[in-house]
Amino acid sequence: MSELAIDREVDRSRMSVSDEVAIQITNMNKWYGAFHVLRDINLTINKGERIVVCGPSGSGKSTLIRCINRLEEHQSGSIVVDGIELTNDLKHIDQVRSEVGMVFQHFNLFPHLTILENCTLAPIWVRKVPKKEAVETAMYFLEKVKIPEQANKYPGQLSGGQQQRVAIARSLCMKPNIMLFDEPTSALDPEMIKEVLDTMIELAEEGMTMICVTHEMGFARQVANRVIFMDQGQIVEQNEPEAFFNTPQSERTKLFLSQILGH
Amino acid sequence: MSGTHAHTAAYVRDTMLPEQAPPATSVGVLGWMRANLFSNWFNAILTLLSVAFIYQVLAAILPWVFQSSWTANSLNECRAQIDAAYGPHAEGACWAVIRERYLQLIFGFYPSELYWRPILAFALTLAALGPVLFTALPRKMLWLSVAAPFLVPWLLWGGSAWVPVAVALGFVLGYVAFRVVASVAGALLGAIAAGLVPVLWWLLLASGWAGLMQSVLPLGIEAVDSRNFGGFMLSITIGVVAIACSLPIGVLLALGRQSNLLIIKAICTGFIELIRGVPLITLLFVASLLLNYFMPPGTDFDIILRVIIMVTLFASAYMAEVIRGGLAALPKGQYEAADALGLDYWKAQRLIIMPQALKISIPGIVSTFIGVFKDTTLVSIIGLLDPLGFSNSIRANAEWNGIVWELYGFIAFMFFVFCFSMSRYSMYLERKLQTEHR
Repeated sequence: MSELAIDREVDRSRMSVSDEVAIQITNMNKWYGAFHVLRDINLTINKGERIVVCGPSGSGKSTLIRCINRLEEHQSGSIVVDGIELTNDLKHIDQVRSEVGMVFQHFNLFPHLTILENCTLAPIWVRKVPKKEAVETAMYFLEKVKIPEQANKYPGQLSGGQQQRVAIARSLCMKPNIMLFDEPTSALDPEMIKEVLDTMIELAEEGMTMICVTHEMGFARQVANRVIFMDQGQIVEQNEPEAFFNTPQSERTKLFLSQILGH
Repeated sequence: MSGTHAHTAAYVRDTMLPEQAPPATSVGVLGWMRANLFSNWFNAILTLLSVAFIYQVLAAILPWVFQSSWTANSLNECRAQIDAAYGPHAEGACWAVIRERYLQLIFGFYPSELYWRPILAFALTLAALGPVLFTALPRKMLWLSVAAPFLVPWLLWGGSAWVPVAVALGFVLGYVAFRVVASVAGALLGAIAAGLVPVLWWLLLASGWAGLMQSVLPLGIEAVDSRNFGGFMLSITIGVVAIACSLPIGVLLALGRQSNLLIIKAICTGFIELIRGVPLITLLFVASLLLNYFMPPGTDFDIILRVIIMVTLFASAYMAEVIRGGLAALPKGQYEAADALGLDYWKAQRLIIMPQALKISIPGIVSTFIGVFKDTTLVSIIGLLDPLGFSNSIRANAEWNGIVWELYGFIAFMFFVFCFSMSRYSMYLERKLQTEHR
């Protein structure tokens, strides 16, 4: 909603979209019971893309990115992530999950573990990284999100913005190829939104493939290379940010943009 | 200053206020009493009434407790001693019955020359529980915790030393079977093999093997029959085993009840509801009477073992529901975060879900523990001589006929010590595991 959160120039030198496909979604449908929540989604995402997904609440945008790491199951069509098709095969699911990082709206840190333990748990138990190496990696990423001094505290002792940055570091510790962000700033106070967005921009500047469900249109304008607008479980419009914001084509998009950018 | 600004909306503070000490009436003993005992006139009256009430109760009980006899050999002798010491109408406790019978109340009919064995077993149990309960203790002590389940029963019941070895060997065989089968045929078959192999070993081969070893290399201590078990030793044996086993079984039942696998879910739910729907006494009667009809004739299935199994199953069903409450209290996001990081079901349960669910359930779990420990007194109904069962036989004795309060008071005191310790430990654990606002 705010465009004020970003106050620096974004360095685009290393943001390059490759020809390699990272995620391929073909004719994908999903139902919650009888409710058709995602309808015939077709989407190809290349490596290095920074995609912002927006749309009114209940439009299926969160469900879409949760399908990409199988937190939600799709009923028809196909999703291929890094060449691995998501089926009921648990091995494939675990493989995809360890390559795709996810950041949640409510952080979902593990409250019984310290910040450091939150970051080292999955590398140690899933990737079988030796503990010492896992700690080094964790400290590297905690440094990167600018909270190394909190490493031995518990999540409950940190502010919302700090917790979300820990959550980002925790995902990065698995060295993912793709990062999914599910409304990462919508549970935060305005002053904390900035610190989380800054972290995400830095990540984008390093060339990470990112799919981000967010209402931060400033972030979309400056960082995304593609904006996708969803409504009623369908992709209504997608375009480069400049064109998307300045010359939206569909009536539905115009209405949505006027509601969140207007006044 | 504020007066000049009171009628205008704009206000700027030009000096910051320094910190000041709180008023004397709100700190220290005086402040505490004021806040907690005499905060207003109604509370002050309640405080005074309560003090008067506590005084009355203590004035009635304390003389009875302390104007007592410790040396008499019968109730009549007691009364005579108390009358002589404190006047003809003095009411006093006859603690002499405890002095005379405390060994029985603790050990039952366990042979007195072998008392060292239950005492050693009890010490071993405490030493084994130590590293499990307190993480500050050296981790090497965990070896004791592993050995104790085999050593303690052997110390209590005695017999060939090869029997506990044979039992322990079953677990080793299970582990080996798991490693071998899992590496060849996958984790699921491995788990099945790990369950089957030890059971087959225990049922078919273990006793033969132990007998063979005993004939080759006789090694053992005098056997004590279950009939001689009694008193607090019996309560603690049943209680500790039931408590220690009900927690892991309860965790599995709770997970099973939440499982997506229909058959496992149905079995766990059915088991929990069936056991919870039946009084413990019924289960104990099943253990003592009915089970014999289902056993092949001549089978000697130890009565205490049967009771322990029943009490454990009973406690597990309650435990499962307590833990399910903890699981339900966890936000869905915790499962999702664990999934998103690529943790599989068992790792997510072990590292993320259970530590939190168990922490939430600590008060309920400890309540169940305390309940189980107190419920062990029910075994007196099927003829086992737990402390309450013993008190009846002591009161039936001509010398102590008519004595009530002293025996029950002593038994209540002993139970209180154990239950209160558990309660305090749970509070310590809750404080230790608190990770917020620290």
